[in-house]
Amino acid sequence: MTQASCSKTRNPFTGAEADAVRVKVDGLSKSFGELNVLKSVSFDVNPGEIFVIMGPSGSGKSVLLRHIAGLEIPTAGSVTVEGLDPSLESTRDRVRLALVFQDGALFNSLSVYDNLALYPREHRAGDEHAISDKVMHALTILSLEKSAGQFPSELSGGMKKRVAIARALVMEPQLLLYDEPTSELDPVMGATISEIIATLKQEYSVTSIVVTHDRELALTISSRVGILMAGRLMSLGLPEDLRKSRDPRIIDFLNPKIDIEHPRFKELETQDNP
Amino acid sequence: MKQIQIVLEGAGSLVQLLIRSLSYVGTLPRQWARFIEQCYMIGYTTLPIVAVLSFFIGTVLALEAGYSMEGFGAKQFIGSLVGLAMARELGPMMTSVLLAGRVGSAITAELASMKVYQEIDALTTMNIPAAKILVLPRLAAVLVMMPVLIVISNIVGWFGGAVVARYVTSIGISSESYFAVLRQYTGFKDVMNGATKAEVFGFVVVLVCCNIGLNTRGGPREIGASVTRAVVTSLIMILVLDYFVTKLLE
Repeated sequence: MTQASCSKTRNPFTGAEADAVRVKVDGLSKSFGELNVLKSVSFDVNPGEIFVIMGPSGSGKSVLLRHIAGLEIPTAGSVTVEGLDPSLESTRDRVRLALVFQDGALFNSLSVYDNLALYPREHRAGDEHAISDKVMHALTILSLEKSAGQFPSELSGGMKKRVAIARALVMEPQLLLYDEPTSELDPVMGATISEIIATLKQEYSVTSIVVTHDRELALTISSRVGILMAGRLMSLGLPEDLRKSRDPRIIDFLNPKIDIEHPRFKELETQDNP
Repeated sequence: MKQIQIVLEGAGSLVQLLIRSLSYVGTLPRQWARFIEQCYMIGYTTLPIVAVLSFFIGTVLALEAGYSMEGFGAKQFIGSLVGLAMARELGPMMTSVLLAGRVGSAITAELASMKVYQEIDALTTMNIPAAKILVLPRLAAVLVMMPVLIVISNIVGWFGGAVVARYVTSIGISSESYFAVLRQYTGFKDVMNGATKAEVFGFVVVLVCCNIGLNTRGGPREIGASVTRAVVTSLIMILVLDYFVTKLLE
């Protein structure tokens, strides 16, 4: 898939066009006490593209995504969405930004329908009839229309992720952030979620940022891929560039080989206890 | 020094939460369903335990007063003691303590769980303030339900005292004379003072419990720690405020 040239998002409900948004991460650093999680990370995400951030567990991917969503304040550097600080309420009023959480973060006390209806109700996006149409349309896109009356505790992991995506869709987002959308899913469900992300991008040109360590997802549907290791952006480029990379750390990350003779955990022990 | 800093930070975030919540007062009419749900949670589910506790507080007061006042030949004044003690102090105090244990702990557990499982973050990204939909309806509900609970607590407590005064043979005062003395010495102002105290205590308990729940960090283990902290802080606040509010209302 190539980098999107389209810079307009299409509203999945009304068909109306709006500007797709640009994200700029500039010298972003984040520390929790003594722990430096992100170290001067910089990149731009172009309007309408799927930007994938890959990296091993603990490399700071989710923290980076939370900064873009405005849920964390940087220790140094900045994150802007259309030139605005995403942590401000006023920015979220102007730019519709949705985050699909790793565990869904669905409201357990609300049914699937009410989870989706919460945003339009609170923001008075039409009367109850219009909201119902919008919610059922989003559920239909994700093949969830039969689950409208169920509660999150009654859903499988894959269904929860699809409900979380549907909930994000109801917000008519200009920027859609995904945190590990295929983790803890079987390969078929993982591929289904990847297809949904790609379809949303193709149909509605929403700027999407996906944090994952799913190699297939990253190399198949992304416009560009960034590799984050130990809080640093090690590589940034097209998926084809990543496949051709000669960096041994990236090769090892993308094509890990099980080596019984020289197990990796021995190296990890050495790194942790120099 | 660190303890002082923690207390000041807690007080600061409490005031911030209060201001943020009050800034959404205009949205209350649209939150009617949430308000009614919280009235049910705070009022209806607390009522049975408040009634049972108040009844036995009334009985114990009458019993203790009966034994003590008999020596002075003043046992006919038991009604005044039970009436005043329930209306001015024990009713509001014990109802608020129950509120902290029964409702406050549930509020903190719910909000802390929402925080730990990222539901609060989800609300933030949706630009739906937690102060608006989670805190404000609870604050409004407690303001409406506390006077109701206090009136019921007083009536049941007074009735408990009357039962003991009438049926414990060593006291043996008729209900008519018990309530006559109670009415003579317990005025509307006493009941209103008690209700005012209860309003203040209830409001602070709910605000403290919401604040601690929303500021929970870490994993599921922290939910339990937050609930304990919320109940203990609420109890301390009730006792400290009791002195100052009583002084103010004198």
